[in-house]
Amino acid sequence: MSETPAIEAEGLVKHYGKTKALDGLDLTVGQRTVYGLLGPNGAGKTTAVRILATLLRPDGGRARVDGHDVVAEAAVVRRTIGLTGQYAALDEYLTGRSNLVMVGRLSRLTTRAATRRADELLERFGLAEAATRAVKTYSGGMRRRLDLAASLIGHPSVLFLDEPTTGLDPSARALMWDIVRELVADGTTLLLTTQYLDEADQLADRIAVIDGGKVIAEGTPTALKASVGGQRVLLTLAEASDIAIAVKALQPFAAGSIIPNVGNRLLEVPVIATDGLATEVLRALDAAGVRVSDIAVRSASLDDVFLTLTGHAAEAADEDDDKAELAEEAAV
Amino acid sequence: MTAATLSAADLTTGRGSLAQFLNDVWVLTKRSIARIRREPETLSEVTIQPVMFVLMFAYVFGGAIAIPGGGNYHEYLIGGMLGMGLAQTAPGTAVAVVSDMSTGLIDRFRSLPMSRAAVLTARTIADLLTQVIGAAVVAGVGLAIGWRVHTGPGDVIEAFALALLFGYAFTWAGVCLGMVLRSPEAAQQTGFIIFLPLTFISSAFVPTQGMPGWLQPIAEWNPMSSLAAACRQLFGNPNPAALVDAWPAQHAELAVICWSLGMLAVFAPLAVHLYRNKGR
Repeated sequence: MSETPAIEAEGLVKHYGKTKALDGLDLTVGQRTVYGLLGPNGAGKTTAVRILATLLRPDGGRARVDGHDVVAEAAVVRRTIGLTGQYAALDEYLTGRSNLVMVGRLSRLTTRAATRRADELLERFGLAEAATRAVKTYSGGMRRRLDLAASLIGHPSVLFLDEPTTGLDPSARALMWDIVRELVADGTTLLLTTQYLDEADQLADRIAVIDGGKVIAEGTPTALKASVGGQRVLLTLAEASDIAIAVKALQPFAAGSIIPNVGNRLLEVPVIATDGLATEVLRALDAAGVRVSDIAVRSASLDDVFLTLTGHAAEAADEDDDKAELAEEAAV
Repeated sequence: MTAATLSAADLTTGRGSLAQFLNDVWVLTKRSIARIRREPETLSEVTIQPVMFVLMFAYVFGGAIAIPGGGNYHEYLIGGMLGMGLAQTAPGTAVAVVSDMSTGLIDRFRSLPMSRAAVLTARTIADLLTQVIGAAVVAGVGLAIGWRVHTGPGDVIEAFALALLFGYAFTWAGVCLGMVLRSPEAAQQTGFIIFLPLTFISSAFVPTQGMPGWLQPIAEWNPMSSLAAACRQLFGNPNPAALVDAWPAQHAELAVICWSLGMLAVFAPLAVHLYRNKGR
């Protein structure tokens, strides 16, 4: 049981001027697991990844990757890790293949090994045909895949993926997910950040929800969703006056607080999805004498998780910018 | 995954740190050269621009410029043009560094087990290669307009070596500029603001004797003047600086070496320091 965790962070703090990007972040990621860091823009996900990948020095706390301190033993850590950031870290003017060989050579591979590994990865990521084209001719999805390939060329045992699918269309996203699953099967430890609950749910063994630079909830996706209600039942009642009765009748199904909207005769009920749930909800309401005009079931969103966990909606850290934007919108 | 496991023979980790540094510099220099091969227009700074300047000064302004001590302005011009042609690649260096820094590529380099100093060193070596091209272009167009060398091959080699040393020192200044500025546009603008007076308040294009008295010491101590004087001396071209009673004018070659080594001693470590701590 005393296996060294792949990633350990204790009380990481990082300031940017007056902004506190990290405010005592703790993390423990087991070997050969996939760990999801879930949070809105500005929650501190990228800052955490940059510290763990030795790009940033923390102002407080400490972190180890494979048992090595990311500050004192940064050079050792760099031999262990791979990093794929939010923006493709590629040379636009080189071909896909030259990019991979270059990163391989800089990752301490011999030319022969780098070339062999580059061809292997190009083949696997469906880029073999585009291998001799300059990267600036690549589509967004192709860049992301090449970028991921570049972070894998040195055989890292710990891989950081910072929002690997942000900005990708659904098919490119599905392809990324497949690749990530293969990596996991291969035994790589993966720390991935995402704004999407379903992505974390699909890929991660454990999830940490980050807000304001610290972890506000941690656990398996199932446990986390159970704690906030994995699904939402949205009901439109025929009569607004029935709201109070309906809330009472739905209490047994609710996995969190029910949100009523009297004006629109709407009810939002966080629930844990089970077979036949909608039927049971309708039966319960019928038994209470409440008539329902419309019913819908949807997955909990990150906003729901945030609302439930923090009591406030997920919002970007650049609050001032947001306020300015709102003010502008209001002025129009 | 098809990951064939790595054997020791696939890794270069056993090599010494100097060998690794050279490996990294070589890999990254090849990257910059590949860029030039794909987009040769990036070379216009050292090809088209110097030709334009030489022709403009030789045929537009040259006729109005008198050289103290006499001599042909076309022969006078080339020594100054060499310095300008090489030093003015520095803003281009700054732009390239800013561009690199603003993409994720530098983050990738910084997360790799590679030499910290290699990224910048490779940049300066690639720029030194473009400066060699620039020097050849200036010499070529010079020969075409009537510039001649009146000394031996040793002097000529020394002149070009001094010019390239000088240009290389400026490249490191350009790297520093690129490290502290935020956008390629800012680098271009700032470079222009620094290098334009540096080039023109010197004896590169006009003798300092014609400048107002308060300006003369500035122009005489300008490293650009020292390089121009050193090159003119070594080529056996008209060199009015020889008539100026100022230390850098009288010891032009030594002044160029001092200026260049001094700039290297300041800007190279500063650039590496800035790179290490960028965004940390």
